[in-house]
Amino acid sequence: MTLLEDRPDHDSEAANPELERKAERAESWRGFFHALPSFAYLIFFFLLPLIIVLVVSFSGRKATGSPSFDNWTLDAYRKLLDTTVLRIAWRSLTMATLNTVICLAIGYPFAYWIATRSKQSTRNFLLVLVLIPFWSNFLVRTYAWRVLLDSDGPITRIGEATGLWGKLLFTQPAVFLGLLYGYLPFMVLPLYAALERMDWSLVEAGRDLYATGWGAFRRITLPLSRPGVIAGSILVFIPSLGAYVTPAILGGAKTTLLGDYIVTQFTSARNWPFGSAVSVVILTVMLIATLVYFRTGARTL
Amino acid sequence: MTETAVGIHGVTKRFGDVVAVDNIDLEIPDGEFFSLLGPSGCGKTTTLRMVAGLEFPTEGSIKIFNEEMALRPPNKRPINTVFQSYALFPHMTISDNIAFGLQMRGVDKAEITQKVNEAIDLVRLGGMGNRRPKQLSGGQQQRVALARALVNRPKVLLLDEPLGALDLKLRQAMQLELKDIQREVGITFVYVTHDQEEALTMSDRIGIMNEGKLLQIGASEDIYENPNSRFVAGFIGETNFVAGTVAEEGAVRLSNGVVVKARTFSTARSEVTVTLRPEKIHLHLTPDTARPGYNTVPGTIARRIYYGESLYYEIDIGTGDLIDARVENVPSQARYDAGDQIVIAFHPEAAEALTE
Amino acid sequence: MSMTEGTATPRWVDRVLTINGWVVFLFLYLPILVLVGYSFSGSSTVGIWGGFSFQWYRQMFANEALMDSLRNSLVVALISTVVATVLGTAAGIAIDRYRRWIGRRSFDALLYLPVIIPDVTMAIMLLLWFTTINMALGLNTIIISHIAFNISFVAIVVRSRLAHLDPSLEEAAMDLYASRWQTFRRVTLPLIMPGVLGGALLALTLSLDDVVITQLVQGPGATTLPVFVFGLIKRSVTPEINAVSTVMLIASMVLVFVSLGFQRRGERYD
Repeated sequence: MTLLEDRPDHDSEAANPELERKAERAESWRGFFHALPSFAYLIFFFLLPLIIVLVVSFSGRKATGSPSFDNWTLDAYRKLLDTTVLRIAWRSLTMATLNTVICLAIGYPFAYWIATRSKQSTRNFLLVLVLIPFWSNFLVRTYAWRVLLDSDGPITRIGEATGLWGKLLFTQPAVFLGLLYGYLPFMVLPLYAALERMDWSLVEAGRDLYATGWGAFRRITLPLSRPGVIAGSILVFIPSLGAYVTPAILGGAKTTLLGDYIVTQFTSARNWPFGSAVSVVILTVMLIATLVYFRTGARTL
Repeated sequence: MTETAVGIHGVTKRFGDVVAVDNIDLEIPDGEFFSLLGPSGCGKTTTLRMVAGLEFPTEGSIKIFNEEMALRPPNKRPINTVFQSYALFPHMTISDNIAFGLQMRGVDKAEITQKVNEAIDLVRLGGMGNRRPKQLSGGQQQRVALARALVNRPKVLLLDEPLGALDLKLRQAMQLELKDIQREVGITFVYVTHDQEEALTMSDRIGIMNEGKLLQIGASEDIYENPNSRFVAGFIGETNFVAGTVAEEGAVRLSNGVVVKARTFSTARSEVTVTLRPEKIHLHLTPDTARPGYNTVPGTIARRIYYGESLYYEIDIGTGDLIDARVENVPSQARYDAGDQIVIAFHPEAAEALTE
Repeated sequence: MSMTEGTATPRWVDRVLTINGWVVFLFLYLPILVLVGYSFSGSSTVGIWGGFSFQWYRQMFANEALMDSLRNSLVVALISTVVATVLGTAAGIAIDRYRRWIGRRSFDALLYLPVIIPDVTMAIMLLLWFTTINMALGLNTIIISHIAFNISFVAIVVRSRLAHLDPSLEEAAMDLYASRWQTFRRVTLPLIMPGVLGGALLALTLSLDDVVITQLVQGPGATTLPVFVFGLIKRSVTPEINAVSTVMLIASMVLVFVSLGFQRRGERYD
């Protein structure tokens, strides 16, 4: 809807293309001004910082670790090829991928189960039960595993009693458990949203056309729930890749992941350009992953 | 002499390369029930929106009671609209919905309450003032939308396909009600619809639009009996089209060689399409039982369809397409079967030779 | 249209799914319940039950540093939520209700980035930036950072709510003599309010949840509750932390029910 603001000189005129263009431009500016505060804010406190990271990754390094903008170098990127770095990166990548896959494997049947309960009130109730952990403080949820897996913790004692496992804390499995626990709700909710929105009469139609239960699922339900799968996967994979709190609480020296590694560069390891370089690489990986995912389906998160 | 309520002159709307409304001229006198009729995408809604002020015209003048309003925002026009989706504010009660326009104009509270109650009574929704739109049926919501507009005593009321969402019986009842309300209130109604039956029964005059152009304006009877183009003839009611050439003034040679008397508007030897409405065709076994002065053309019954109150015959007269004829289901009318050789008869005035 | 009985999964599959469902719920809740349980344990060794006791809660409330960090958290969360909600709502309106303005598409893309970026990256980005522009690290930088990532979340929520709002409602308001501002105040805002509040709630939670970003940009001085607790955990695990955790969990639960309340109100008009 385009309106020309009330101007006495125009009010009693007939329309012409020139005035139409003016009105459209006024409308356009109005939209721009609505966005301006946030646009400016994001440019100044997001886009520019992003560019700075890129710049710093190419800069030299002072003794304190902060960047020196006098000498430009690729040192930081070269350090990326160190075996330690590569090992950490590989560990993070496999953890994140494994976590995403398992979250999907557990989360999809779970979401499907909730979505297929026949009563709306049952579905709502179950959904609330999922929402509570989702909204709970992430730190606290991760800490709960710290308690469980501690030397006197219940899980350790059960493991020792049955002889199945020893102390799990500070090992890779512990970190993995923490990631799974932390991000499972992030997978379940978009999946549930997609399944709940589905038109189930399509599945009926499929059965009517002689599809078996499994066939109908594979060829109707699964493809239709793809946006949910994609959204959930992104919401799990990306934070998992950059996980910081979970490995910090549940992991040890031998289980360093990228998140913690990067932060260390800015604190004890004093190598800001290197930390920036690692971040740049992660960012590129994520951007590519997101673009690929978005191209194959989901439009909205 | 009645004033012109709505004057549209040279109005065009372009969206990029697409011409949605193409140079329309239209004058609607005060108190008239005027319908804009046409298929989807013909530009009727865009035209209405430009009159409402919701769309900015590319060119042209829009005058309400001789005051130029083409550039005025909708909140400065003495016009109100009934939207296709009703657009009732879901978070307000019915009374608050109806009161909205009055509140915006700063009318004082006591007067608002009185006017709102009058409006509610006008559309016969008494006692429902405190309900929410969600609690009302489609028909009731439609009446709220009407009340909400009329309570402001606009100079012109615009209605954008307001009955589209209602089922048939309700729609027919509402058509009559709308007509009654319009007469009672005396306001000019500009009504947009794609349903030609609706337009025919409710309007004082109809404007037919297609592809952005206003093709013909006239009273229902006028448009029905004297369409000025193939499109109008085909859009309003049912009709048959037969190709032919003008033999001389008042006579056309059909594509099957038969010469019939018809209303002609072009010179001899020009290509024309003869339109003939199914209900104007009589069936006879032989030409001599036809009424004097009527055209007769021999043909064969291809199919008979029983509609209850009438019978439809599809007849082959050798012009390519089949001719539809509608015959009342009364004992005096003979019934024919597929394969019967008959003669169709029609009055010369019933056939028009159109060039476009 | 949702699930009908007619598309029933075979009974054995349904049974397996149900078992899986309850197992997952057990998995999700057991750790939290254990934690809450231990917060009332009298024993000073985490993990060993030592009789019912409130001592850890008393200790927690007496811990001045902890209470300070809590106050800081609330201040930061409140301010950043308010600002992010206002900016994010305006942004959502700009994108959804105005289709053609310079930079709209870039802005749209820019809005999605903070959601996609992992918080570690955001943390170092902002740290580098504050250092570059010579801004002192403290509560200010924390607030600025929280606003930065919250604007997008609010904008997304508001935008999806706007998308479901019939534009003819706003047209009707103007047709009924409302000015742009009156239309916004009496029609648009009330109808998107559930979205605005939902976005605000999300922003509040994200702010109260944040560890990495706050840790890096807070500087040497004041800290927030999660960062404080994080520090406690890394140094030595004491039962006091269990008490703090339980309180935080209860707060989260309250937030869930508040957000559900907003959703329910929003659905009243659909």
